[in-house]
Amino acid sequence: MLIELERRSAPSRIMMLASPAIAVALTVVTAALLLAAIGVDPVHGLGVYFIAPLSTGWSLQELAVKASPLVLIAVGLAICFRANSWNIGAEGQYLAGAMLGGWFALAYQTAGAWWVLPGMLLLGALGGMLYALIPAALRVFFGANEILTSLMLVYVAQFGLDYLVRGPWRDPHGFNFPQTVAFEPAATMPLLLAGGRLHWGVLLAPLAVAVAIVFLGATLRGFELRVVGMAPRAGRFAGFDVRRDILLAFAVSGALAGLAGIIEVAGPIGQLLPTLSPGYGFAAIIVAFLGRLNPIGILLAGLILALSYLGGEQAQIALRVPLDLTIVLQGALLFYVLACDTFILYRLHLFGGRRKAVQRAA
Amino acid sequence: MLLEPLLLTIITAATPLLVAALGELVVERSGVLNLGVEGMMVMGASCGFVVAILTGSSILGALAGIGAGMALAAVFALMTLGFAANQVASGLALTIFGLGLSGLIGADFVGARRDPAPKLHLAGLSDLPFVGPILFGEDGFVYASVALLLGVSWFLWRTRTGLMLRAIGDNPISAHALGHQVLRVRLLAILFGGGCAGLAGAYLSLGYTPFWVRGMTAGRGWIALALVVFSSWIPWRLALGAYLFGAVTILQLYAQGYGLGVPSQLMSALPYLATILVLVAISRSHGRGAGPASLGTPFVPDH
Repeated sequence: MLIELERRSAPSRIMMLASPAIAVALTVVTAALLLAAIGVDPVHGLGVYFIAPLSTGWSLQELAVKASPLVLIAVGLAICFRANSWNIGAEGQYLAGAMLGGWFALAYQTAGAWWVLPGMLLLGALGGMLYALIPAALRVFFGANEILTSLMLVYVAQFGLDYLVRGPWRDPHGFNFPQTVAFEPAATMPLLLAGGRLHWGVLLAPLAVAVAIVFLGATLRGFELRVVGMAPRAGRFAGFDVRRDILLAFAVSGALAGLAGIIEVAGPIGQLLPTLSPGYGFAAIIVAFLGRLNPIGILLAGLILALSYLGGEQAQIALRVPLDLTIVLQGALLFYVLACDTFILYRLHLFGGRRKAVQRAA
Repeated sequence: MLLEPLLLTIITAATPLLVAALGELVVERSGVLNLGVEGMMVMGASCGFVVAILTGSSILGALAGIGAGMALAAVFALMTLGFAANQVASGLALTIFGLGLSGLIGADFVGARRDPAPKLHLAGLSDLPFVGPILFGEDGFVYASVALLLGVSWFLWRTRTGLMLRAIGDNPISAHALGHQVLRVRLLAILFGGGCAGLAGAYLSLGYTPFWVRGMTAGRGWIALALVVFSSWIPWRLALGAYLFGAVTILQLYAQGYGLGVPSQLMSALPYLATILVLVAISRSHGRGAGPASLGTPFVPDH
């Protein structure tokens, strides 16, 4: 074989930290090559993509606004993936949260009371949680593959949202556009700074990170989830209830995805539309891996993926670069992270170089 | 006669599912889970369409689709065999990557139109009443899918290599100890699966709906993955499943056309809901242990 892997005696601590950085660097190089391929000056293009969004106060605020749903969802996914439960339908749970929370807004926002917004957030989290419990229950009770069922439910949620905003929830005075009425102030996230982009919902992302650190690192249930993920047999011998742990992992990640959904609806979007997400639920999978399934890592990774979205939008406007370039870069980034992670556990030998090394040692 | 066109459309709807799922079945039989079928399929659809427009040839388009699927599969093989990376995550990366890249490649061809791949009529036979057009008046892709079904069945159960592939999927460590090239066999299986997914995608843009739209596979790659589970990794059951799904897809379209008073979105969601029901039913009767024993586990040979 061209490539040979040799297991390290101990995981490389250097690579644990370096791997995401190398992956990001490789993605930037890929971006330059792709930009050149579609006829854009790479230096100018990279500036628009990765530097310009960091240079104004407005865009820095926008960066935080875009990063917060990614971080919220990815923190939940990290808990799930660590428990070896493959929830890849976060996009659907995000929509489910947006729909249930949005229903509460449409039903009670005219009351104008203080409890409208908290009620929306609560129901948003509940909606995402219940939707995530469907694939979890199907796996636990029937053994159905949770990867496929959770993904199928994304399509179902999209059709459900489409039905609601074109049918029963459509704004009667909206000139037949598929959208609900705009939310009243009582159902809208207050801004942190007047006239800015930051809203109170953004603060929930670091809060979720902090809670996840404590949960995974300092509680028995968090430890149990990690054991069940790494060594299910050991978990069973220790008397852990693997079924309950799977349900719990899905419930937590679904609730966080649902919360992200209702925050987007109550914050930057302000109403229900047929399209509520530029693929946050899938990009969050990349965030989770780029952050090495670690809450603090996820906070940084969320900002990087948010930068790719923001830079992609800017590049679309300034350079007429298709938005699909961003998707390609996100996919490439996940490839690079996974490949770099290999070097934590393995050493690599190219072209049978290891045999020569062994001979030299002998 | 309404039944005849109905059966014809069901076969056209089932064929891409069958082709993509047959490829994935071989991959999974070798012990590798490639969740990137959707990405390889959509690349096949976009590259196949672009080449067919540029050259005017459906056959070259289909070959380009196969090539695009195999190229993406090679990336997956590098990740999972070369770097022993997590197969689930690598497959997801492949899907995201393929969706984006296909959009870039096809961007200039949105709205372009061409005639669908021609139906190949067998002299005399396709004039037979009723069965003639169904059995002998399909396009080349449908015949290819049937040949592929027979070929895969024969290969897996009637050849030594097929037996070795299945043994590698069940126990790569023993197969390696017996001197079999685990990674080489898995590489070839992954490339075959990519070619099949690419061909299935090319059929979507060349035969099924003769134009290109971004993300036009619409989850068919994932349904193909579910069909492999449904089939319990047995090709003829896969064919049964694919035609059943073709029927569900087409019947919900007819139902929407007749306007039964049911929201169209509910009908559109039916194939996805049916997939979930089928997964539940089949997993309940077989349990989780029905698949190849080493499915999804990386293998790193110790030389």
